Amino acid sequence: MMKKEVSFLMILIMLFTACTALADDSFNVNKDGYSTSYTYGYDYWRDVQESPDAYRVETVIDSVDLGLDVRMNKPQSLFARNNDLYVADTFNNRILQLEYRNGQAKLTRIIDHVAGGSPEHFNTPYDVYVDVDGNIYVADYGNLRVVMMDKDLNWIKEFTKPADATFDQSLDFLPKKITVDVAGRLYALVTNVNKGIVKYEADTTFTGFIGATPVNFSTFDYIWKKYFMTQEQRDASPSFVPTEYENMYMDKDGFIYATLTNFDEGALDAGQVNPIRRLNGLGNDILIANDRYPPIGDLWWQKGESSYFGPARLTDITVFDNDIYIVLDRIRGRLFGYDNQGIMLWAFGTRGNIEGAFTSPISLEHIGNDLFVLDQLENSITVFTPTEYGLKIYDAINKYQDGDYDESANVWTEVLKQNANYPMAFRGIGRTVLRQNKFEEAMEYFKMAHDRENYGRTFKLYRKEWIEKNALWIFLGVILLLIVPLILGRIKRMKWEVIMHEQSKIRRNAE
Amino acid sequence: MSRAKSAETLSDAAAVSSRRKESRAEYKRALRYALYVITHPFDGFWDLTREHKGNLAAATTFLALFLITRVLKILCTSFQFFDAAVQHINVFEEMGSLLLPFLILCLANWAMTTLFEGKGRFKDIYIGMCYALVPYIMIQLPMILVSNILTYEEGSLYSVMLSISVIWSVFLVFVGLMEIHDYGPGKTFIFIIVTIVGACVIIFLALVCLSLLSDAVGFFVSLYREAAYRLN
Repeated sequence: MMKKEVSFLMILIMLFTACTALADDSFNVNKDGYSTSYTYGYDYWRDVQESPDAYRVETVIDSVDLGLDVRMNKPQSLFARNNDLYVADTFNNRILQLEYRNGQAKLTRIIDHVAGGSPEHFNTPYDVYVDVDGNIYVADYGNLRVVMMDKDLNWIKEFTKPADATFDQSLDFLPKKITVDVAGRLYALVTNVNKGIVKYEADTTFTGFIGATPVNFSTFDYIWKKYFMTQEQRDASPSFVPTEYENMYMDKDGFIYATLTNFDEGALDAGQVNPIRRLNGLGNDILIANDRYPPIGDLWWQKGESSYFGPARLTDITVFDNDIYIVLDRIRGRLFGYDNQGIMLWAFGTRGNIEGAFTSPISLEHIGNDLFVLDQLENSITVFTPTEYGLKIYDAINKYQDGDYDESANVWTEVLKQNANYPMAFRGIGRTVLRQNKFEEAMEYFKMAHDRENYGRTFKLYRKEWIEKNALWIFLGVILLLIVPLILGRIKRMKWEVIMHEQSKIRRNAE
Repeated sequence: MSRAKSAETLSDAAAVSSRRKESRAEYKRALRYALYVITHPFDGFWDLTREHKGNLAAATTFLALFLITRVLKILCTSFQFFDAAVQHINVFEEMGSLLLPFLILCLANWAMTTLFEGKGRFKDIYIGMCYALVPYIMIQLPMILVSNILTYEEGSLYSVMLSISVIWSVFLVFVGLMEIHDYGPGKTFIFIIVTIVGACVIIFLALVCLSLLSDAVGFFVSLYREAAYRLN
């Protein structure tokens, strides 16, 4: 008996340890937090799923290819307008204008001064913007100005430190990123200004800040800091203020997509931080995030705050005309594509020295579907062109947005042939099949895509149809359920009455 | 002689069959008694152990049903309400992760209450706790079916029923412990907390035991290896 009990206990213990051991599984991610494939995606359970390549390296453009006498020196920004690509070659104090056609880039001109400006030459220009008329805006960081010139480099106007009480006058005006809307209003990200994006009217008057990031802190933090810290500790700890944006991009509708990199990874985990924001005119975030997981780049990462670990730090963003946006993670050198619903389309890229890998990616741009990534240490621009698979994804999304649902479903079927782990394809086909009133089939597809809302909607229709089709049987079933017990009860009572009758007869006979 | 013997075996067989019939009737009665327990917990739990209205076989049946309900819930509930990562689920692990804490908690409760005038034996506690699982089984099992004819928007009915089943079962656990040990409500509450602490201690001791044991085994294994290596 004793032996039995001991062995039972042993089994219990073993079971328990087995449970704890099994609870620690890191799925498909390697121990260093990197997945095994170049292009990948996340499935419904945020497991990494390898995928066919969505983009391939077309070419890598460096100083030698462009025939530059002076090598690029820590270029900080890219800008694309039509087929022209502008590179802010920051530490050579110049802007390079390239023309990109059919996978080939050639240097058009070097912009290093503004005629009629004071001073004429740039000093560490961090960013460049070119409007539809060809007017060039340069964030002339070292000269504390944003200068606007026409396409022949004649000075038109410049934006300088606002003489306004809301702007801290003790700070230098250090514009780092700029963008301009159709009305000529300038939006600038200025170093050390955390009140949001600095906004100017076209006539260079300062009109305030928009889109300051929300401040996140817990009640506990607040109480702890206010009542339990010494003054020294309080000074050393981070203060509860909005953080500066890292970069921004203005889409075709005039909304500013802005990225944040300066946040705590715990806050990101808790869902308090949206690293990508789409700002409307009032500075409110209107980015749509309809997927199960928010658009934050990688969903798995090695914990830690350093240049190799921690969550994705999205250093730049670019937006296609169909509202697909792509972000660049400087930590792991990765690009993430999202559609207008915030669903991840693909992810690829890595750190390293080979083609398609980056040392210190800093800026991202697009011409058509081609992507350009600027590396500030390699001093090179990597050009990516979409593969057949990548083009099909775009094609399907475009066709759906154009209302060409059947065609879109056909393309999604093609996508599925290349990647059976693509939830968007299942959802896309499901929608089309639903429109053809094939409820059962649509339910299958929505189930594959884990789309509860659409599944529920389809199931409601299917249920209604089923009930209408089987109304007769349901009716009969209900009647049977109601009548059978009634009849049985009748019979029972009759039997009982017969017995009573018999007994009374016997009793009467006995009398 | 032979006739007598055959008559004896006959009567034996009859006795066995009647005993079997009796025990089957007893088992059925014990199962049916669960309905009384969940609707009249105060009377029900008192008589469950004091009047031997429940038995081990019925209790174990409920425990098994509870585990099966749990597994069926994971596998068969409509994905709209319960989307389990089926590819990562191990049914036995799932069952073990419920069974083990259940048994450890029963054990811890017995170990603690027996020191503080608890009237229940381990068997009583086990039976009582198994009977307390009945509402969970009775509601959740049909709700698996119901989940498959509801849509996502109609989910409130589903979630309300699930909450009722859990609240009911927890209430039964509380009343059950109160009646089994003949405690007042305050004391029962305190001992539920003490039980949880006790369960943690049990788990801790078990882990220490295991790690020591594995060290000891490892020592002898390496000793053997060393010896075998030297002798070769």
